Amino acid sequence: MPSVSLTVNGRKVSAEIEPRTLLVQLLREKLGLTGTHVGCDTSQCGACVVHVDGASIKSCTILAVQCEGADVLTIEGLANGDKLHPMQEAFREHHGLQCGFCTPGMVMSAVDLLKVNPKPTEREIREWLEGNICRCTGYHNIVKAIQAASMQAGS
Amino acid sequence: MADGFIGTSVKRREDAKFLTGRGNYTDDINRPGQLDAYIIRSPHPHAGLGKIDVSRALKQPGVVAVFTGADMTADGIGGLPCGWLIHNKDGSPMVEPAHPPLATGKVRHVGDPVAVVIAETHAQAKDAAELVEIAYQELPAVTDATLALKPGAPQLFDEAKNNLCYDWHLGDKAAADAAFAKASKVAKIDLINNRLIANAMEPRAALGEFNRATGEYTLYTTSQNPHVIRLLMGANVLHVPEAKLRVIAPDVGGGFGSKIYHYAEEAIVTWAAAKVNRPVKWTAERSESFMSDAQGRDHATHGELALDKDGKFLALRVSTVANLGGYLSTFATAIPTWLYATLLAGVYTTPVIYCEVKAVFTNTVPVDAYRGAGRPEASYLLERLVDVAARETGIDRAELRKRNFIPKTAFPYQTPMAVQYDSGDYPGCLDAALKASDYAGFETRRAASQKVDKLRGIGISTYIEACGIAPSAVAGALGARAGLYEVGVVRVHPTGTITVLTGTHSHGQGHETTFAQIVADALGVPMESIEVVHGDTAMIPFGMGTYGSRSLAVGGSAILKAVDKIVAKSKKIAAHLLEAAEADIEFKDGKFSVAGTDRSKTLGEIALAAYVPHNYPIETVEPGLDETAYYDPKNFTFPAGTHICEVEIDPQTGSVTVVKFTAVDDVGRVINPMIVEGQVHGGVVQGIGQALYEGCVYDASGQLVTGSFMDYCMPRADNLPAFAVGHHTTLCTHNTLGVKGCGEVGAIGSPPAVMNAVIDALKPYGITHLDMPATPEVVWRAIDSARPPRAA
Repeated sequence: MPSVSLTVNGRKVSAEIEPRTLLVQLLREKLGLTGTHVGCDTSQCGACVVHVDGASIKSCTILAVQCEGADVLTIEGLANGDKLHPMQEAFREHHGLQCGFCTPGMVMSAVDLLKVNPKPTEREIREWLEGNICRCTGYHNIVKAIQAASMQAGS
Repeated sequence: MADGFIGTSVKRREDAKFLTGRGNYTDDINRPGQLDAYIIRSPHPHAGLGKIDVSRALKQPGVVAVFTGADMTADGIGGLPCGWLIHNKDGSPMVEPAHPPLATGKVRHVGDPVAVVIAETHAQAKDAAELVEIAYQELPAVTDATLALKPGAPQLFDEAKNNLCYDWHLGDKAAADAAFAKASKVAKIDLINNRLIANAMEPRAALGEFNRATGEYTLYTTSQNPHVIRLLMGANVLHVPEAKLRVIAPDVGGGFGSKIYHYAEEAIVTWAAAKVNRPVKWTAERSESFMSDAQGRDHATHGELALDKDGKFLALRVSTVANLGGYLSTFATAIPTWLYATLLAGVYTTPVIYCEVKAVFTNTVPVDAYRGAGRPEASYLLERLVDVAARETGIDRAELRKRNFIPKTAFPYQTPMAVQYDSGDYPGCLDAALKASDYAGFETRRAASQKVDKLRGIGISTYIEACGIAPSAVAGALGARAGLYEVGVVRVHPTGTITVLTGTHSHGQGHETTFAQIVADALGVPMESIEVVHGDTAMIPFGMGTYGSRSLAVGGSAILKAVDKIVAKSKKIAAHLLEAAEADIEFKDGKFSVAGTDRSKTLGEIALAAYVPHNYPIETVEPGLDETAYYDPKNFTFPAGTHICEVEIDPQTGSVTVVKFTAVDDVGRVINPMIVEGQVHGGVVQGIGQALYEGCVYDASGQLVTGSFMDYCMPRADNLPAFAVGHHTTLCTHNTLGVKGCGEVGAIGSPPAVMNAVIDALKPYGITHLDMPATPEVVWRAIDSARPPRAA
């Protein structure tokens, strides 16, 4: 079995894996990082979004072995200790989550949006989220949360 | 009741764990020695099931066992039960065929479970499943319920002639016919309420475990109602007593009805865990969810509304064919009957109504409740029909509704369809929504759209629903095989902290916050001292779970009833400690005081005395401060409201854009406005999904065409506008909180509002009806085949 070594949430890890193992399987099954979720099998829902080398990616769409040497950030590594990341705080403040299942992917995706486009319009936020499905919130409060986080970042 | 937390948008206590990846969903749970189950499902919609050869699969690496329906039968495992008995027009009971967890003899829909492979890893189980040889004898299939009723259609069950499960009715046919005979106008419509797939973002999962030392089974499952699963699975399927069966529904990633039912996989992993003596976990892949989660709606309906010359509704006649799928899901039979026909009065004074429903088996995934369940179907029919009547009489759509509203002064109002509405203000909701949506200014906006070659339309829906199903005795008389009460426990600990146990289940609704708000106010204690616990049959005495927007109205009422018992007992203890008469003890803001004095004891002091009863009225009062209450509702609650949708259609592409959506709902007292608005947003979007995007499609051979997120279109963020959500509140008169329920209103009110707007926009083409979903293709074809637009 091949092995893979990478950095996850600032910690160096390595694991022996079947070559067909997806990054999300490595995270959930080998590393116990169950905050990253699997909501579909066609790369549509975005519940599994993490950052690889600073950019958001659906972790169901990349093999773990492709991440050799990569720097991976998951939802578990986003907060600074007990202090929530401003995006997490904005989701809480604006009720941007209900059942919580799409939330990790939604938050990781939103964090990347503001890196790419710090002051997105409502339309740009909605278009960016096209790859993240939420069935609970109707997106209304997710969009509000991201708008609020973007304002805060600029203040 | 003190006003403190109630009515304020307290931030959710649930959020921190979900935002940091510390949620604990069923698939996140792993038990020592756990194996993985892969379910082999029928690729055929209808087939005889011949020999199943598992010998090659058993030799594969990591494979521990392969089981089939025959193995379950040999162990005496029962079928999945149906929880609601419906009777035919002639009084005979419905046809109720067996529903084995693993198919025996025949498969009846694509996805019907046939065998289970249990291996060390998921990949090994899935690989080995390829080597299980199953002899199917393919049979002709039927997926359309109307076609299934026709002579010569493929037959699913020997005992169900013409695939008919039941032929049911409600109302006074003779009186309705007489009223139609006298009508000056009859409006008619034929419509399809499209089949939907709930698609909660968390796929279903189940993890079974067996403890050989104690003989106890534990099931972790993605359920909205763990006690119901324990009851149904223990008593009907596995024949395991409650005391030996623990069901845990941990964090659950959305339900929308699809996680109410007792599913085959729950029974399979629990049974198999004992067979192989190791924990067994199954997690659905999304494509499995599409062919195994109970689906929703799927009605074909003809409706007729009789009006007098002034536009007053005289009578309503409805005939519906409801598709139940290949087997009876847990509450399937109640949806197109008692949860549908009873709401056909809507918010109107229609004096006579008659509804008949034929429920039919087809080679499709079983159908059951999906957000709203029966009530969206009633609301959609009625609100589309009222628009047809408005168009044909030339009366403005808002005005026609106003002429027929049940007036605010008429409550309690007995409808001709068995239910009695307790409170409401339908004209008030409509007026508020007309104002908020600027209905009066619409024609200006329509003209502006026209200038850029867009078709603009506006649609109104004034809906009602029934929540918190309701008194158990009534439900029982209607065929329910379970009670519909709820259980609440309030446990004040020796140090004064409080655990609240509820038999409802939160899977996005925020009960941990809302229930803490109501208990904090009722006991005058800080929210931080209250913990709300749900989802574990070993911790909570009993419960019926969460569906039908019942949690606050029924579950919250049970909790408050337990609070009352805590207060009553505390007064006795306080009287003793304060050396006063019990009648002189007053309770306010968390303190028990002797009336007219400054002598008092806090709830914490009372609790300490109750658990350390040194100075205590031990002869008359038991130690401890822990009370349980069962609350059986006196009536349904009846949330209602007005939704107004504005759409813009590009006639070149047929694409429909929702440009404005206004909701004014009456959900009774609002405990947490932020949470209620979130529920409305989510419901409205699922309703917009039904109207414009979603539709479960089977092809003529019975294959499920919409089997993934790539094929089944759900609303995405860029399909939607922001919403204007408001409230126009009247209180429920029969529960202490005055609450009605808010989980489903969005999905009930919105589809007719959207479709009425679409039809309004297409008015220049003479288009009077389209079935949902109004996809670009549907709209474009309608425009293309319509006559050219009238000259402006």
